[in-house]
Amino acid sequence: MTSLKSLFVPHRIVMMILFAALVVWCALSLRWDWIPQYAPLAAEGLWTTVWILVVTSILGFALAVPLGLAQAIGPWYLAAPARLFCTIIRGTPLLLQIWLLYYGLGSLFPQFPWIRSSELWPYLRQAWPYAVLALTLSYAGYEGEVMRGAFSGVAKGQLEAAKSFGMPRMTMFRCIWLPQAVRNVLPTLGGETILQLKATPLVATITVLDIYAVSSRVRSDTFIVYEPLLLLALVYMAIAGVITLGFRWFENKVPSAQR
Amino acid sequence: MTNVLELLGLAESAELLALSPPGWGGNLLRGLLNSLQIAFGAFGMGLIIGLFGAYGKLYGGPVLRDLLAIYTTVIRAVPELVLILILYYVGTDLINKAATAMGYDRVEISGIVAGIWVLGIVQGAYATEVLRGAIKAVPPGQIEAARAYGMPAFMTMRRVTIPAMMSFATPGLANLWLIATKDTALLAIVGFAELTLETRQAASSTRAYFTFFLAAGALYLLVTLFSGLIFGWIERWARRGQPSLKGGQP
Repeated sequence: MTSLKSLFVPHRIVMMILFAALVVWCALSLRWDWIPQYAPLAAEGLWTTVWILVVTSILGFALAVPLGLAQAIGPWYLAAPARLFCTIIRGTPLLLQIWLLYYGLGSLFPQFPWIRSSELWPYLRQAWPYAVLALTLSYAGYEGEVMRGAFSGVAKGQLEAAKSFGMPRMTMFRCIWLPQAVRNVLPTLGGETILQLKATPLVATITVLDIYAVSSRVRSDTFIVYEPLLLLALVYMAIAGVITLGFRWFENKVPSAQR
Repeated sequence: MTNVLELLGLAESAELLALSPPGWGGNLLRGLLNSLQIAFGAFGMGLIIGLFGAYGKLYGGPVLRDLLAIYTTVIRAVPELVLILILYYVGTDLINKAATAMGYDRVEISGIVAGIWVLGIVQGAYATEVLRGAIKAVPPGQIEAARAYGMPAFMTMRRVTIPAMMSFATPGLANLWLIATKDTALLAIVGFAELTLETRQAASSTRAYFTFFLAAGALYLLVTLFSGLIFGWIERWARRGQPSLKGGQP
């Protein structure tokens, strides 16, 4: 936290006054009369953005643990596919992956009658499962690489100590290896989660109605260009701020790594 | 060759991907060329902004430092897609206002220039941080020695700081280049005919989604892997004369 004193040096006070003047000017001279009409839709879009972010981050992380483990200590027939997966995900644009899944799978599924008659079909006809799948795989690909480094970064002595106590392998993984690996990469995970937040507006291109899609709709309905975009940027900055604070709180909770 | 393709059941895909007009391969390659052009331009512009930004953050006055902090924080917290739209509209608006003020007609801005301008500003924020870290990693004695000899600031930068920081900056810059190549895909959303948009057009007019999206993915992957080779080579060159961290033979 920056101390309050450093905020009140003269040039910062002048800058804050200028910024406040800018905000007042924006509030007075730009058009904001569309907000009440679109507020319910925007709330819905915000909720979609947030749940997609949370769900894909959690699922992606759950997938990244085995990916990292396979690359760190797995035999070659597990390590090679895991490395290939991470390379492909990290080497191609996310937009292309989303479109491949949505248009590709979306055009493939209706050809099979047994899929059309299955219970899952009402969901598979919507866009959000493809968005969740694409974002989950993307997060897993980037995080798998991070977790590989994290798992090999845990001190050997810790694992040897656990082994010499006769700890079962699962307990050792759950109580010693995973917590220490995660603790070491918490700052990286925070950064990656913000990157994931910045990837969510791409789902608007496959008709998922997130906060970005709402702003595009405002823009095309009312021909107001800048105001929705500025507000949208502000919303994303606020969410990024919440993520940063959340991870910082979590980092302070866990005992700090060896210095 | 054709026999092998037919055996694998890929004859149809090969026909779709042919370079001459019935196939769409030429379009994809043209899209790739556009993507690479923008990535190169944006990366170069990002490096220039980043160099000045890093110098400003390290040696600038308090006002400049605060302004640069706002620039890097805001750019890195807002999705690239939103920034692209904002910068695209602001850029075209400003140019058109200037043109009408000087008595010209409204000008049409080429997609490549707009793409470079937009992605360059985004890249600049990331490059500022990478280069700032790299300059800080240079032993300060080297820069102080150059100053003590009375070297002008620009010559110090050219002869001492930049060569010495190269080895620290290359890994970060390699990452930035990969981000630049992948971010060009976002320009598809403002309707610029780069690889991803060309792919989508080809795919939706032939209904062969998997063929085209997988082909485009392979092209992006080739660029990534090839860049990895090049940057590995640059890093070795930048590290020449430095002791290896792994130990062993010097």
